[in-house]
Parts: sequence; structure tokens; C-alpha cells
Amino acid sequence: MTYSKRLDNRGFEETRPIEAKVGIIPNADGSAYFKIGNTWAYAAVYGPRNLHPKFLQDPQKGILRCNYNMMPFSSSNERVRPGGSRRSKEISMVTEKALLPVLDLKEYPNSVVDVFIELPQTEAGSRCAGICAASMALADAGLLMKDLVAAVSVGKVGSKLLVDLDYTEESYPDADVADIPVAMTPNLNQVTLLQMDGKVKKEDISKLLDMAKKTCMNIYELQKNALKEKYKADSQ
Amino acid sequence: MYGELKKSILKLLGAGTRLDGRKAFEFRGPIEIDYNFVNTAEGSARVRIGETEVIAGVKMEVGEPYPDNPDEGTIIVGAELLPMSSPEFELGPPGIQAIELARVVDRGIRESKTIDFKSLCIEEGKEVWLIIIDVISVNDAGNLLDAAALAALAALKNARFPKYEEGKVDYKEKTDRKIELRNQPIAITVVKIGSSLIVDPDSEEERATDARLTVTTLEDGTLCAMQKGGDTPLTKEEIEKMIDVAVEKGKELRGSL
Repeated sequence: MTYSKRLDNRGFEETRPIEAKVGIIPNADGSAYFKIGNTWAYAAVYGPRNLHPKFLQDPQKGILRCNYNMMPFSSSNERVRPGGSRRSKEISMVTEKALLPVLDLKEYPNSVVDVFIELPQTEAGSRCAGICAASMALADAGLLMKDLVAAVSVGKVGSKLLVDLDYTEESYPDADVADIPVAMTPNLNQVTLLQMDGKVKKEDISKLLDMAKKTCMNIYELQKNALKEKYKADSQ
Repeated sequence: MYGELKKSILKLLGAGTRLDGRKAFEFRGPIEIDYNFVNTAEGSARVRIGETEVIAGVKMEVGEPYPDNPDEGTIIVGAELLPMSSPEFELGPPGIQAIELARVVDRGIRESKTIDFKSLCIEEGKEVWLIIIDVISVNDAGNLLDAAALAALAALKNARFPKYEEGKVDYKEKTDRKIELRNQPIAITVVKIGSSLIVDPDSEEERATDARLTVTTLEDGTLCAMQKGGDTPLTKEEIEKMIDVAVEKGKELRGSL
């Protein structure tokens, strides 16, 4: 079946419905969730706090540690075995790199900022949702930041360029599929996460990055609103 | 380390109250249960008791039965105390607190024979359903154990078997078949601080705990699991009182299901 229309009737540049909220975990220094369609990411920030063991400490600056984890019941297939996989380790690492450019960790020598990203349920796009949630949680924790980070996947299914691929699109059976998660800093206008798998031409990449930028600007507005919403509620 | 904290908790308990103004045998409110919280699980629930929040999810798999019970399926309970939920939890394999929690929840469901394991048999000696219940903490503000047991039961209550055909489970399609539950086991942890007994401790009260007893009870007052914790011993009179409290409070929590 050739791919000409999205199964959920979205426009090709339209994301699934998004819901963002800040301050969901009272114990954490900062926290947020970011839900996009059936993919939910929770993020909690602890820190800056003392880093142990001590030999990991950097007297010049604090360090950022990210951990991405799928809850055991978060997959629409079999149970996810707890304890982390090669996949979750890699996503943790690229998430760290996606967030690092907006932080100013020189202010926190010998410390660590821990970011825990947990996914209660997933259906494609979970690393991007995790980055969106983590960026809001870092801001909620009151860390010095140059910008927020917004992320979305863009890609190509058959001959169509589109944003925010869902599960059926990621694994579309009779077409070439390219899936490209992108994270951007909306104000600094830089790309902080870029991965891709599939097949795509260079001309398409250029168009897709423009589409990602446009979508990230929209996500950025939602993130800002969610942050303002918390502090509006707090001041009442 | 928590000497001063404990002193003020004891002083308040002596005056018949607690840090947050509750009575000794009063739960934090409201107790909220959100069924079907996670759509990727076969059954799920989020439970909030005060600021304590847990999610339980049920996944079902088909596997081989144990050779000594060839016509019985089984349950597996896992618990993860996520570092997201408390500054005191760390990454890595489950520690003793998570293991104890999972085992106490498991015993409450298993030993009460709430699930007829024979009803989980697909083909004797070959295929049975495994019901995997995972409980995770979102925010630990005390009394994770009671919240976890309640969430596990609530998740079982709304679980639906996925479609199983030609040796394959189709997780995208749920059937109408539910897990038959014969009881509603509820775990209540009664905590001893000084000479006072309380229920539903918050994080501060947990730090000041001398001993605790978790008692899982059924509708008719039958006990189906117990677990003593803490460094201080208990007298027979205290144990009897704690059981009475657990039966009473169990009724209340069962009512919120």
C-alpha cells in the first residue's frame, strides 16, 4: 500500500496532541512531563548536588548525568526487562549531549546534576519527548540556562516528508522510511541532537531540518507556557 | 541523625497528633486510584496517597509451567524504586527495600489465593499465562508499601488478557477476558514510634520508625501475609493491636477501590 495519507488524519507537518506540565514530582528539585500522543515522558532533576565517588568530581565545573529508562509496562509489546539495555544507554548519552549546550555548569564545581527520564508508556518518539520533558525540568530546578531544548522526530515515508512519526509510520511495511530525531535550541538556533536511520537524499534533509525547526518553535511555546503555568499556580 | 526530628514526632504523638495534624490511625487524603492509567499495559493503575505516588502495570506473557505444577500459571511481582522518585534512591539493580516491597506485595496476592493459578493454564504441561505485575514509584513521600499493594490489586482488577493465537500474543488486541479475582487483599503497615502506633507514615515518620508490621487482610478479616520490619522488637499485645488496626484500615482502603 503506498503511503499517501496519515492513518490518524494528521497533516504531514502536524504533531500528535501535546500536553506539557511542570512540577509533577514534589521530591525532585525540578520535574515535568511531556506527552505527545501515546508517548509519555516524565523527567526529574536532582541537583546540583554532591557528586560521589569523589574522583568523578570536576573542580572547574559541575557534570550532567542523564538516565533514560522505559518502565517495565511501557511497551505495547512484551514487558521491558528492568535494568537498562544498550538502547537505553545510548539514548541516555545522546540526551546528555542534547541538553549540555544550554547549561552553564561552571557555576556548580564538584557537583552533579542528575536528570532521570522515565517513560510510563511509549509509542514512537520517546527520546524526543524525554528531551522536551528534561529541558523543562532543568528550568524548573532553577538552573542557569541559555535556552530551552525542544525536540521532535522528522522523516520520510515513501515520498512524503513528515514530522512526529508514530509507530505505524516508523515501521511502514511497503515504503522506504527515514526517521530523524532532532533537538534544537529555539533561540540560539542550533541543533543539539541529530540521529537518523533509513534512506533519504541530502535535499530532503535540508527541508526536514526546516520542518523540525518550525515544529520545535511550536513545542518551545508549549514548554514556556507549562513553566509559566506552574509559577502562576505557585504564586496564588 | 534524626534525633531532633524524632523528639518532636514523639512529643506530638504524646499529645495525640502528628506533624501534619493527622490522628494516629488516619491516612493522608485523598486516596486516589486512576484505573487504566497506562495504555501499553494489559492492566494498570496509579495510586496516590497524599504526595506518595506509584504506578502498577500488568503485562501478560505465555510461558512454560513449572514441572511440579504443570497445570498452573503464576504471578511475578517486580518493584522499582526509581531515583526519579526520591533523592535517596540510586540507579542500579533493586536494593533490599525494593525487593522486600515486591515480595510482600507478591505474598499478599499469592497466599490469599486471590488468583486461581489453574485458570491461567492454556495447555497442561506446555503453556500457561504468566502475570507480571510491576510497581514503580513516582514520588516517595512515605508508605510506599501500602500504596504499592493497593496499586497492584487495582491493576489486576482492570487487566484484560491480550489475544493469543497460533502461539503468538497480540498485544495490540485485548480480549474481554478479565483475571478472576477471588479476594481483595489489602496491605496495611502499622508503625511503632516510641510507644505509639500509627498508620500511613510520611517520610519523616519513616525515619523515626522503631518497628513496623505490615499485615495483609481480606474482606472477612482473614490475614494472608505479614512482615515485621525495623530494629525494635514488638510485644504480643502490640502485635494484636496492630492486626486489629490493619483489619479496620484495610476495610477503608478496600472501599476506595
